[in-house]
Amino acid sequence: MSFTEFIQLNQREIMSSLFQHLSLVFWAVAIGMVIAVPVGIILSRHRKMAAPVLAFAGTIQTIPGLVMLGIALIFWGIGTKPALIVLSLYAILPILRNTYTGITDINPGYVEAARGIGMTSMQRLLKVELPIATPTIIGGIRISTVYIISWATLAGLIGAGGLGDLIWTGLSTYNTNYILAGAVPSAIMAILFNLLIGGLQRGITPRGLRRVNP
Amino acid sequence: MNNLPNYILEHLVIVLIATAIAVVIGILLGVIAYWVKWAEQAILWLVEIIQTIPSLALLALLMIFFGLGNPTIIAGLVLYALMPIVRNAHIGLTGVENHLKDAAKGMGMSRLQRLVKVEIPLSFPLIFSGIRISVVNSLSIAVMGVLIGAGGLGFPVYRGIQTNNMEMILTGAIPVVLMALVFDHLMNRFEKKLMRS
Amino acid sequence: MIRFESVTKKYGKKTILNKLSFEINQGDFVVLIGPSGCGKTTTLKSINRLIEPDGGKIYVDGRDIMKENPVELRRKIGYVIQQIGLFPNMTVEQNIAVVPKLLKVPKEEWQQRVKDLLNLVAMPYEENAHMYPSELSGGQQQRIGVLRALAASPPIVLMDEPFGALDPLTRDSLQEEVKKLQKKLKKTIVFVTHDMDEALRMADVVIFMDQGEIVQMASPEEMLQNPASPLVKSFLGKHLNNGAVLLASDVMKSRVLKVHREMQTLQSVELMRNRDVNSLIVINDDETYAGTISIERIKSAGKAGTQIGGLLTMEAPVVQVSDPAQSAFELLMESPTGYVIVLHEDQTVAGLITKTSMAKAMGETLWGGDAV
Repeated sequence: MSFTEFIQLNQREIMSSLFQHLSLVFWAVAIGMVIAVPVGIILSRHRKMAAPVLAFAGTIQTIPGLVMLGIALIFWGIGTKPALIVLSLYAILPILRNTYTGITDINPGYVEAARGIGMTSMQRLLKVELPIATPTIIGGIRISTVYIISWATLAGLIGAGGLGDLIWTGLSTYNTNYILAGAVPSAIMAILFNLLIGGLQRGITPRGLRRVNP
Repeated sequence: MNNLPNYILEHLVIVLIATAIAVVIGILLGVIAYWVKWAEQAILWLVEIIQTIPSLALLALLMIFFGLGNPTIIAGLVLYALMPIVRNAHIGLTGVENHLKDAAKGMGMSRLQRLVKVEIPLSFPLIFSGIRISVVNSLSIAVMGVLIGAGGLGFPVYRGIQTNNMEMILTGAIPVVLMALVFDHLMNRFEKKLMRS
Repeated sequence: MIRFESVTKKYGKKTILNKLSFEINQGDFVVLIGPSGCGKTTTLKSINRLIEPDGGKIYVDGRDIMKENPVELRRKIGYVIQQIGLFPNMTVEQNIAVVPKLLKVPKEEWQQRVKDLLNLVAMPYEENAHMYPSELSGGQQQRIGVLRALAASPPIVLMDEPFGALDPLTRDSLQEEVKKLQKKLKKTIVFVTHDMDEALRMADVVIFMDQGEIVQMASPEEMLQNPASPLVKSFLGKHLNNGAVLLASDVMKSRVLKVHREMQTLQSVELMRNRDVNSLIVINDDETYAGTISIERIKSAGKAGTQIGGLLTMEAPVVQVSDPAQSAFELLMESPTGYVIVLHEDQTVAGLITKTSMAKAMGETLWGGDAV
């Protein structure tokens, strides 16, 4: 059977895997963001805590994805939930790190000026620090998204579906068509999101910041 | 798990072979990107694209060509290891200060001599930093080798997943994480030493 | 307006401010100056509570600032820091309006205020309001920094070495503008600098600090007449002229146009027209002084196509660089040419004393500053 025939025949399965994959990635990155951005902000206000927290998050990042998924599988069984937990965990670090450094790398002159003219800590955050750090934070989201698209292919192993499912079927039955049907879309998805978020990152950078270093 | 030393050894061998190949290809590509203006963007773009491809997808695609076993995981690790090495080599080489390049030119060195005797040694700390990142990444990614029939510490991990055996998973996982941390630490120290000298 | 009562600040064991007491009157331009680490910046930042003292009291408008909300206090006090203070993510208009907006001033009002302020520094609203700081020159950026501090009409403005990063020309014009603004708007300004020129030029009152204490607090004139310590003296440096004899070289301008004696008459007439002068200093091939040539002289005696060398006169008075300025002054007053030539010992031309250069030098001596 040729690849095109295979695709036509299994169109529905491929599409549903694609959507599963996308939704897995979307939720993992969204959860990661909801946790990482506030924590990053809190760390920027309590810098002594930053080093240990970031080191801890970094160590989690070195644990191979397969291991994390395996552990999650034992704790929570097969399905989307354990996969989502693990993927969200992986999504946290790049966003956390970039939020923290994005805020702390801001020229101290801006912070002093903001305090000096009478901004409250919250106003300083919302009007000065976050706008200036936004490009860096989106950079973190970009890294996370590309990571998660990759790790999500593994989620098929523990029954969370997605494009990894197709690859996995292909690998275990030695079926090239299945491998291609899972691998090619996931690769394109990763490349596309990388470009897309990169474009967003440039687009969202305030005009005044584009010439100086983000 | 009396096979553990063997798994660790095989894991290390896979990573080291892949790193060695990646260093050679990576520096070569870095030099080409530095020398050949029109190839510069293409090479940097290509290695970034490769890095972006999900690992399971890349490994599965490679398996179509290399079949099941260690060569496939080594090929995959090489491809992933390229980006940090190529990028750092490129940054390092282009970043060598102009007066040093001019001095080397003035002494009558050929382009190749300048590269080997001046430019690569001067950018070596940065290249080494790229190698460190590659090694640490590879140690972790190599675990996936088991999915395409390769050996190493992925084996106990995967067996543990299949048999719902936490102890077995950790038997594979802990050495991987420890090795990653140890390599990172040691190479980091060496790197700092390089930077100072 | 602002009163310090034995204010003390320590970092670890190091004393930054040592029982500092002074009072600043409303409408005064007060400059804090002293060697680095003397406590001048700490003093400034204590006023808006960016730094909080360990002891003593600070009153603004009769109220103890430690009993006020720091955020509200700061909104009532303008603050200008070195160049980087403008927010890069905001336009010029947004930067200027940031404090009025924090104070919830209605939009029409702050917009009008932005327009008025931009007009004050001759940066038209239409052209500048929607620029980002990175699109402005350093001098323009700092003008906006000053306007931002004035936007909410605070009675007090603090300035922390605001012009330190600017080139001398821009600095000069900004100093002038700020001084004008201060007089016009009747602000109380506290200004930190390490540049004595700046201090003498701008201040009504100079506070000279060293090691966390005030060495001297006085008007610039008083400080020049009676420096309180050798350190103050050394800071005043060239501005001091305790009766020391001014030399001819002190009152001359050294950038003068010199031409060689081989120059054609026609050429020299053209040169004089271009430069809008009516005579030239002529030198020999070995650079020594040969004489002067005026337009009248060429007209009366010159023929087209001759060299000026034959037409030179020695009517201009000549002095040596080390001659006292007073004798040069007397010569200048009597000189038929309206200028005096100053020569080095080797007879090369050092400069030219004109009535303008003389007046400038005397003005500097009298009132300080680098007016040239």
